[in-house]
Amino acid sequence: MQKMPAWAEVILVPLISLILAAFISALVILAIGENPWEALKLMVQGALGSTYGWGYTLYYATNFVFTGLAVAIAIHARLFNIGGEGQAMLGGVGVALVCLYMPWPHWTLALVAASLGAALAGAAWAAIPAFLQAKRGSHIVITTIMFNFIAAALLNYLLVGPMKPTGSMEPATTTFQPGTHLPTFQEMFSFGDQVLFRGTPANVSFFVAIAACVALWALIWRTRLGYEIRAFGHSEPAAKYAGINPTRIIMITMLISGGLAGMMAINNVMGEAERLVLNATEGAGFIGIAVALMGRSHPFGVFLAAILFGFLYQGGAELAFWTTIPRELIVVIQALVILFTGALDQMVRGPLERVFFAMRRPPKPDPRKVRTEATE
Amino acid sequence: MDLLTILQILDSTIRLATPLLLACLAGLFSERAGIFDIGLEGKMLAAAFLSGAIAFVTGSVWLGLLAGIAGSLALSGIHGLASITFRGNQLISGVAINFLASGLTVVVAQSWFGQGGRTPQLAGAARFEPIIWPGALTNIREMQQAGPLQQIYSELISGHTIVVYIALLIVPLTWWVLFRTRFGLRLRAVGENPAAVDTAGISVVGLRYAAVGICGVLTGIAGAYLATALQAGFTREMTAGRGYIALAALIFAKWRPWYALMATMLFGFLQALALRPDIIERTLSFRVQVQLLDALPYILTVIILAGFVGKAIPPRAGGEPYVKER
Amino acid sequence: MTQADDSMQAGTAADGTVPAIELKGISKAFGPVQANKDISIRVMPGTIHGIIGENGAGKSTLMSILYGFYKADAGEIWINGKQVQIPDSQAAIAAGIGMVFQHFKLVENFTVLENVVLGAEDSALLMPSLSRARRELKQLAEEYELNVEPDAKIEDIGVGMQQRVEILKALYRGADILILDEPTGVLTPAEADHLFRILEGLKAQGKTIILITHKLREIMDITDTVSVMRRGEMTATVKTAETNPTELAELMVGRKVLLQVEKDVAKPGARVLEVKDLHVTDDKGVERVKGVSFDVRAGEIVGIAGVAGNGQSELLEVLGGYEKARGTILVNGEPIDLTGAKSDGRSRRRRGIAHVPEDRQREGLIMDFAAWENVAFGYHDDPKYNRGILTDNAAIRADTEAKMKRFDVRPPNPALPAKSFSGGNQQKIVVAREIERNPDLLLVGQPTRGVDIGAIEFIHQQIVALRDEGKAVLLVSVELDEIMSLSDRIVVMFDGRIMGERLPSETDARELGLLMAGITDTDRPHDAAEVEAQLARAGGSAAKEV
Repeated sequence: MQKMPAWAEVILVPLISLILAAFISALVILAIGENPWEALKLMVQGALGSTYGWGYTLYYATNFVFTGLAVAIAIHARLFNIGGEGQAMLGGVGVALVCLYMPWPHWTLALVAASLGAALAGAAWAAIPAFLQAKRGSHIVITTIMFNFIAAALLNYLLVGPMKPTGSMEPATTTFQPGTHLPTFQEMFSFGDQVLFRGTPANVSFFVAIAACVALWALIWRTRLGYEIRAFGHSEPAAKYAGINPTRIIMITMLISGGLAGMMAINNVMGEAERLVLNATEGAGFIGIAVALMGRSHPFGVFLAAILFGFLYQGGAELAFWTTIPRELIVVIQALVILFTGALDQMVRGPLERVFFAMRRPPKPDPRKVRTEATE
Repeated sequence: MDLLTILQILDSTIRLATPLLLACLAGLFSERAGIFDIGLEGKMLAAAFLSGAIAFVTGSVWLGLLAGIAGSLALSGIHGLASITFRGNQLISGVAINFLASGLTVVVAQSWFGQGGRTPQLAGAARFEPIIWPGALTNIREMQQAGPLQQIYSELISGHTIVVYIALLIVPLTWWVLFRTRFGLRLRAVGENPAAVDTAGISVVGLRYAAVGICGVLTGIAGAYLATALQAGFTREMTAGRGYIALAALIFAKWRPWYALMATMLFGFLQALALRPDIIERTLSFRVQVQLLDALPYILTVIILAGFVGKAIPPRAGGEPYVKER
Repeated sequence: MTQADDSMQAGTAADGTVPAIELKGISKAFGPVQANKDISIRVMPGTIHGIIGENGAGKSTLMSILYGFYKADAGEIWINGKQVQIPDSQAAIAAGIGMVFQHFKLVENFTVLENVVLGAEDSALLMPSLSRARRELKQLAEEYELNVEPDAKIEDIGVGMQQRVEILKALYRGADILILDEPTGVLTPAEADHLFRILEGLKAQGKTIILITHKLREIMDITDTVSVMRRGEMTATVKTAETNPTELAELMVGRKVLLQVEKDVAKPGARVLEVKDLHVTDDKGVERVKGVSFDVRAGEIVGIAGVAGNGQSELLEVLGGYEKARGTILVNGEPIDLTGAKSDGRSRRRRGIAHVPEDRQREGLIMDFAAWENVAFGYHDDPKYNRGILTDNAAIRADTEAKMKRFDVRPPNPALPAKSFSGGNQQKIVVAREIERNPDLLLVGQPTRGVDIGAIEFIHQQIVALRDEGKAVLLVSVELDEIMSLSDRIVVMFDGRIMGERLPSETDARELGLLMAGITDTDRPHDAAEVEAQLARAGGSAAKEV
């Protein structure tokens, strides 16, 4: 039986969760002696009030689209990929390998190659947990967590060792080849004296992210592979009955997932830093979890949620700059969003379902139409 | 390498293994009852902060410990609410709790102490002090001169904080509770087949909350140990992945108390080695990357999970919310 | 028919005893579905009372209310003349009620003893409780033929013994009233006889027993009184001695039923399926199919009879392509891949094999997918459902609409998710999808499990129609009646082997029942001990399935 109309499911449930998260965050702000309303105004002003703010908001959002899509596609196959962070780190290594050691005549070519490098590296990092899940039944949540730590250790090793230029003290690579510079929004959208997005890191990879959303939507709902991924996610025994190979689906889904998480590196490593530094991912891999849950694993929802989190990140930075509220407040909000949309989902949904049930209950149920099959 | 150096490494092994052991046993209670808990890290972090903060404000480490336990229990309560009452996804709840603690500790620490997300240094009664056993040597020069038994006694057995000894005692206690008491039988049953427990007339919800509560208390002690014994005060992200290592140790230990002791000692040993790269270099006569030592617990756990070295079978009802079936 | 005698309408029986259980006006709804409607029932102490009804009639719901699993919306429960509230299982146990569920509620890796003690411990420490339980178990075993091994783990013992553990659990808690929900579903006929002997023994000791079943034979064999349920209502309560199966069947389904499927004599043609020396080993390394050979010809229905868990499911899974096997299978004379890359459902479908799986909700359908998505399930790479790399959703929807019309699926809305259809309509969607592929060979597992009587007839007709078109059909069912009425040839499986092949016209339920228990004429044992041993093996082989 359909308990709620679809629109309530996709709009109302996440919205109420968000409001709950915002409400509790407001209490936290109050508790530390600041004014939540002022804080919100500051955030909106700082993140959305200027092209400068938008330049950062969209830069962050680009990261989150990639990691959010990575988590979302995995959820469709009922796999919980917590390893986005590690896969994004490896994506950075992939980008660095492409951009450091090869000369590129034009950024378009470099972008294609770097995207491939990032996706391959991220996918490779997801491949081992995927293989262990598919073939050995090792819980993918635990293995991907472990792989995050292993990735951090590996990146650390690379940046203090093989990939560090000789003589440098900083754990980072040198700056990439000039031919790999991606056009920023400032370069793309400023006309004459009218400089927009001044000094912000938003760059052309934002459009790659949008393309990834569209491509993933088509993959999930308009292709046989997507159909098989969803079928597998709903019921593994049914998938086997239909001739869908579970190993193949787990591997392909996780490779796509890891590849998407890795592709985040074209934004933060190639587009922004233009070299590989130690903490390049800044937890974006984990934010992908919140984004995917909030966006109900739908690419369009992921896109909106990513913009929201981009806003929160840029707004949070502004807040930390102008008030005594530390940036970590955003981590709290992120945690609350994950809690309400992911784990306490039923708390939000239960009362809502009762409301809808009460609204649509027919005055007198016809006993002849009652189906009893469902009762035993 | 002389005995004293080995003893020094083993001594710091015990020191570093203690929070892992407490968190691992905490996870053991929770997961044996069928509630997965990847929020150990967050609960430890919250406890570390609260214990450090309250110990500093009151000057009493015991009040600090209580505050730490209370903070950890509060997060356990959220986890219970999400995974038991509302039958949500236990993994997602754990992730949320980790972030909640990670963010809140810094926000509140900054608001209370204004020191960039840390508590002030703890000293005196605001910290757990090492307990020197009778007849134990404390002077390093005297120790070098002493015989091996005296060295073992003074360096390894004596000189830990009370929490270390408590943690070691909790291992046999856990075993006894799990396998020799009514509560233990029911706890294990609810992690294997909650329907059997329910139809036997015992509350699944009650048992699972009890397990989650015990988990909260133990992670609380683990966190407090970090801020008030291992170090003198709270620093941001001071758990540094210990919750996840404890989780790894739990899998390594196949959800059994004595194995948990061994697994956490092994991981503590790796951490102790990572602090002394010079010793490895001297012993093996080549350099071992510190990063490799850092990653080793995780790599070992993946190998165990892969089932190449003995399969780890978790409690059968683990991770699944209990829904009554006709 | 005779209504139960007047004394049963009054509060007490003729001799003045109060009923052990009396339910008054129990009602329970799940959302819009009324599972129990104003049900009243009275069970006298020291009797065996049967409750019979189709799947979904509300029997289990009623008993779950009595055991505190659900709270009734309205009504009263009286035990031994006193009104009681049963909010949870604890209260039910305190009221002296014990329940043996259809799916056992045992902790697999605990010992028998630990399972018995769980929830009924004497003190906070375990050891004294365990030793007391050991003593009591021994006593109960002697009293009621309830033999178990106290230190064996549940996962290592057969279903028969697992069921005895469940009964012991109830008795250990001091139950005077024992409810058994479909207890014989996983037992061989002889094991069921053993169970009934136990129940007779309990009855002799003054225990009250409620037996829930949908099998008329069991009701007739063992009960003193019987209540019939239909669509959530209690339609009658009668003395077993004063009724007969036909009357009960009518009461159950509400109209005359034709137990026999009308069909012409089969005209078998060429061999479509040939199975030769097939072996199947499961993930645990247990051999579930042990060298099976048979064939199915065009234009005939071959039925495989057997108690659940004797290798039939594995056989279907191998034929359907999602279980590996050793041996040879020929389809239209050509071998099919049993181990390699082509041993999957997709390749089987390309070879003209369609499959209605045993469990439609777990395998045959994706319950959250819309009906149209389910119609493409397994055939989603069919060119007519695709345009280039993209799926042609409009084409699938149109096809679904047509199929729903032809198979009378209600409501005929392709956009509804599978879970919102009734069991019968869900099964019609699966059958439509598979039969309309016009396969050379149709595999059918439990085609009418959880399906209402109207849909059963329809589905049976469709299967027979396919046969009449000259297609081969392999039917697996645990319902002996279904096998006997639908099959042109019957193969009986026991413990992974074929015990024999019979023509329906030349056999009867008794003979098939013996074969299903692994007893053939040639090796019929002569002493009782050997029968017991055979039965124990039968139980053991069925154990893993449950």
